Amino acid sequence: MIQFQQLSKQFKKVQVLKNINLNINAGSRVALVGSNGAGKTTMIRCLLGEYNYDGHVSVDGLKPRDHRQQVLKRVGFVPQLPPPLKMPVGQLINFSASVCDADPDRMIHVAERLGLNVNEISSRPFLKLSGGQKQKLLISIALGRDTDILIMDEPAANLDPEARHIFFQLLAEKPEHTIMLISSHRLDEVASLVNRVIEMDQGKVVLDDHVEDLVELTSTLYCRLNLLKAEPAFAKSIKDWGFVDMAEGKVWEGVVAGPDRLRFLGVLSRYAGLIASIQMNDEEVSHHV
Amino acid sequence: MNTNSTTIIDMNKVAIARSSGKMNAMKHLWLTAQADIVESLRARWFMVYAGIFGSIIVLLFVFGLTESRVMGFTGLSRLLITYIQLTMAILPIFVLITTVRSVAGDREAGIFEYMLSLPVSLSAWYWGKMCGRFTIIFLPVFVAMLIAVIAGVIKGAEVPWTIFLYYTGLLIVLSWCFLGIGMLISSLARSADVATGAAFVIWLLLIMFLDLILLGLLVQEGISMESSVAMSLANPLQVFRTAAMMLFDTQLVLLGPSAFVILDQFGAKGFLIFALIYPIIIGTLCAGIGYRVFKRSDLP
Repeated sequence: MIQFQQLSKQFKKVQVLKNINLNINAGSRVALVGSNGAGKTTMIRCLLGEYNYDGHVSVDGLKPRDHRQQVLKRVGFVPQLPPPLKMPVGQLINFSASVCDADPDRMIHVAERLGLNVNEISSRPFLKLSGGQKQKLLISIALGRDTDILIMDEPAANLDPEARHIFFQLLAEKPEHTIMLISSHRLDEVASLVNRVIEMDQGKVVLDDHVEDLVELTSTLYCRLNLLKAEPAFAKSIKDWGFVDMAEGKVWEGVVAGPDRLRFLGVLSRYAGLIASIQMNDEEVSHHV
Repeated sequence: MNTNSTTIIDMNKVAIARSSGKMNAMKHLWLTAQADIVESLRARWFMVYAGIFGSIIVLLFVFGLTESRVMGFTGLSRLLITYIQLTMAILPIFVLITTVRSVAGDREAGIFEYMLSLPVSLSAWYWGKMCGRFTIIFLPVFVAMLIAVIAGVIKGAEVPWTIFLYYTGLLIVLSWCFLGIGMLISSLARSADVATGAAFVIWLLLIMFLDLILLGLLVQEGISMESSVAMSLANPLQVFRTAAMMLFDTQLVLLGPSAFVILDQFGAKGFLIFALIYPIIIGTLCAGIGYRVFKRSDLP
């Protein structure tokens, strides 16, 4: 269990965290939301033992700052901005696996599931990868080892729909007692991944709510879209989601990952005037029917 | 009896845990050093750094320095003396600026945030970085000197092994000393710009106190010769310069009256040994203080 008690953090004269009190139990999937400067990253850094602070932070009774290695061995972390590392991809994987006493092949396997061919890029500097490739690699390092706490800052932001679907599956494969702390500017990006929402503003927790969502991380939705007319811009957007053109650009069919439904509807809303009808069925249900 | 055997088993477990902890720390240190070496090899500053020292050696050969004669020194001895003097002018500022820029820059860019979220111990990270950086700083300077010696041998020149070995030692301690100072500045400064400014000011201060003529003026102002020489020898740059000079000017004629104090206090051999030990102490002390600051402050 993660505990924050009276956690405060000050940089010179600016108080970034103000008396935060939170308990996060095993198995919780928490969305940490708030605008820039709300204190999300500072709170995460306190939890990672990277900052000094006033108050108390502990993971199963251990202070991350004093018991760095014991605590961090259990933590998989995906930062918001990928670090500008010049070291080759292969070395980064080996370094991470060695310090975590993990198997690099497991990390490579996760990367491959996310659509990243590690063999091809293993000698390329991490810095030279595309945004999506960097994100996939950092996710692979975090998920490709035994961790029971996942701390992720906008983890799916740079992923394509297919990779996001695999990412949700990977999260679902983690043991049930795994704690997930997912930070984001926008709740709609992460809402379907979590069962609790903590909103921060100016260093304080302003909302702490539990969410009931029936969406399974592994679920998928079969979709059929009918348009009033074919539109190239729509076709480009929908092809990115892996949809197939069934009738000269006017009928499209494809599959959307369950937790991605809100994001998908967000994309459709940009073309609301074009859409004649939308059909969305849970894939399992549609198979039974 | 049972209590005793349990205690022995517990002690064994503690001993095994400690030894495995030490092995882990060594592994992490080596991995960090290796990572830092690879990062540095791909950095532009390293290209410039290696290029400068390689060019110096090439230029010294091109300008026929091995054929010229100064104070009775010819061939490789003359070349090495010039090389070490040039190195002493360039290496400290280069080491200071590149160390503080890259270490503080890594912190600003978020590299520390990510790498220190992995379960690597802080001591292994800090000292591993220091060892990796030392390798990358020392090797180009040493390899350039080695190439000069090999080229000299091919040309049939006699190799001054004593000078070569001593200068190798001086290069090691010079690199370590300024690297230690650089790591301390990097730990104290929160931004790359502040760190660079601080490194430059420190280098400037050391240069200002370098010239023994300035210290001659202090003597004129009534400060005792011993105190002024002690002040000058607290400056590692002056220690290097004097030691490098001593190998071809054993009486330190070039230094004037301060030579008497140095030779009286240390003797020629004593000073050469002092020049190898003192900067190592300064470098290690600065790096040690830097580590304490790093460990106790915010990491990213």
